[in-house]
Amino acid sequence: MSSDIYKEIILDYYRNPRNFGDLPNPDVRVKDSNPLCGDVVEMQLKIRDGKVEDLRFKGNGCAISQASASMLTEVVKGKTLEEVKALGKPDVLSLLGIDPGPTRIKCALLGLKVIKLGVYGYLGQAITEEVKQLV
Amino acid sequence: MVEKLAAIDVQKIREDFPILKRQINGKPLIYFDNAATSQKPNIVIETVDKYYRQYNANIHRGIHKLAEEATLAYEETREKVAKFINAKRTEEMIFVRNATEAINLVTWTWGRANVGERDKIVLTIMEHHSDIVPWQLLAQEKGAEIEFIKTGDDGLLRQDEIHSLIDSRTKIVCVCQASNVLGTINPVKEIARVAHRNGALLLVDGAQSAPHMRVDVRDIDCDFMAISGHKMMAPTGIGVLYGKREHLERMPPFQGGGEMIKEVHTSGPLLKDLPYKYEAGTPDIGGSIGLGAAIDYLNKIGMQNVHEHEKDITRYALGRMSEVKGLVTYGPKDVEHRVGVIAFNLGDIHAHDLASIMDEEGIAIRSGHHCAQPLMEFLDIPAASRASFYIYNTKEEVDVFIKALEKARKLFNL
Repeated sequence: MSSDIYKEIILDYYRNPRNFGDLPNPDVRVKDSNPLCGDVVEMQLKIRDGKVEDLRFKGNGCAISQASASMLTEVVKGKTLEEVKALGKPDVLSLLGIDPGPTRIKCALLGLKVIKLGVYGYLGQAITEEVKQLV
Repeated sequence: MVEKLAAIDVQKIREDFPILKRQINGKPLIYFDNAATSQKPNIVIETVDKYYRQYNANIHRGIHKLAEEATLAYEETREKVAKFINAKRTEEMIFVRNATEAINLVTWTWGRANVGERDKIVLTIMEHHSDIVPWQLLAQEKGAEIEFIKTGDDGLLRQDEIHSLIDSRTKIVCVCQASNVLGTINPVKEIARVAHRNGALLLVDGAQSAPHMRVDVRDIDCDFMAISGHKMMAPTGIGVLYGKREHLERMPPFQGGGEMIKEVHTSGPLLKDLPYKYEAGTPDIGGSIGLGAAIDYLNKIGMQNVHEHEKDITRYALGRMSEVKGLVTYGPKDVEHRVGVIAFNLGDIHAHDLASIMDEEGIAIRSGHHCAQPLMEFLDIPAASRASFYIYNTKEEVDVFIKALEKARKLFNL
């Protein structure tokens, strides 16, 4: 992996995470960790009319895991649940602007996995293999 | 035994390790992850290679020449390990996979026969998960209690807790001789006295000490010691449990199978004597022979020399690291109380990010919780980076490492 990934934008999201904290009365609260290195991300979602009306995240871990979780919250806000289900690895990579490599990609995808777990859980649908294999 | 302190030639020692010639990302490999596993010298690789090429056979039951040679080499390692840790008897050496399996052998056999409800198991807060989880599983099953001796601000085990937590209810005390995070060398000899005075046994986790310093089980007077071969230049898959004969003879067997029986009838088995009673199935013969070669290699350098070299490099690294702004190290400041393991954090850079930046410079360090989550919680840190040294590391490598730390500071605008 190249340390180019620690360019300003990721550092900015790591140090000043957007949508960080708690939501009052969230409809969904879901948390997961990266078993490889212990990064933790929790997402809280407010859902209305089939859309993610608002969301917050919190957690601890490396800059890549926390920054990509924060970036994702901005992307997901306002999206329909079906749109969120369609998000994948390429979307996260384009947010980061760089491929973090085979080891650290799991850090980058943790936030997406947690959001998807939340959406599938809200819809009462079984977690797909695609989601399980993100991290 | 007095060992002569010879001036060692680290450059010459480095020649013995083929992997040290590797380039990582176009830069010479700097291997600072020795507490996870050590690199292997040519002589170990060649000895294992020779076994498979020239006398590969299953041991003990064979009559033919190859079986005889393999058995001899396998048993020779047992003698070498016994001498290496100054055990009284060769049959007190049980071959296992690693230190983890050695400890599990004790919890499954001695533990299940001797630990009951309300009995106490005393561990330390700096134990590796391998010396915590097996005891937790045992305690949950038996309704026993576990207490942890904590460290003071100096990174050493608290004397008051050594004396207050080990009491007449305590059945066993389990302590690492050297910590894989703090590097602390623990006073195992003193802890043995306190444990025995209270009628408890002492298990010493020697995974981080045996590769780096002279270990003497009779001087410590421990009841068990667990050792991993792969951290001391041997292949992965071979480890040793040392146990005092009086305990090993009385304990029930671990796994059942071939190798560990004298006779088997439909009515039941007749078990073999020590050490075979605990060695069911075909063992890691090649690994054991490799461990023998590793011990010969370490003896040739001299464990006192290994220890002195690592003290020297650790002292130098701690000094240089203290010049890096925002860097915090954990564990004792005095190298007399620690092995060559330095856990640290740099500003708000997460350990995994730091390890990635180091990797780009060809430097291998470890990051995370180091299989010591209770210690991480106690220190109140989510993770740490760790540099750990061995006989082949140099001060020049430490200098490159310090430069990389400065680069990380710049990248993170610290």
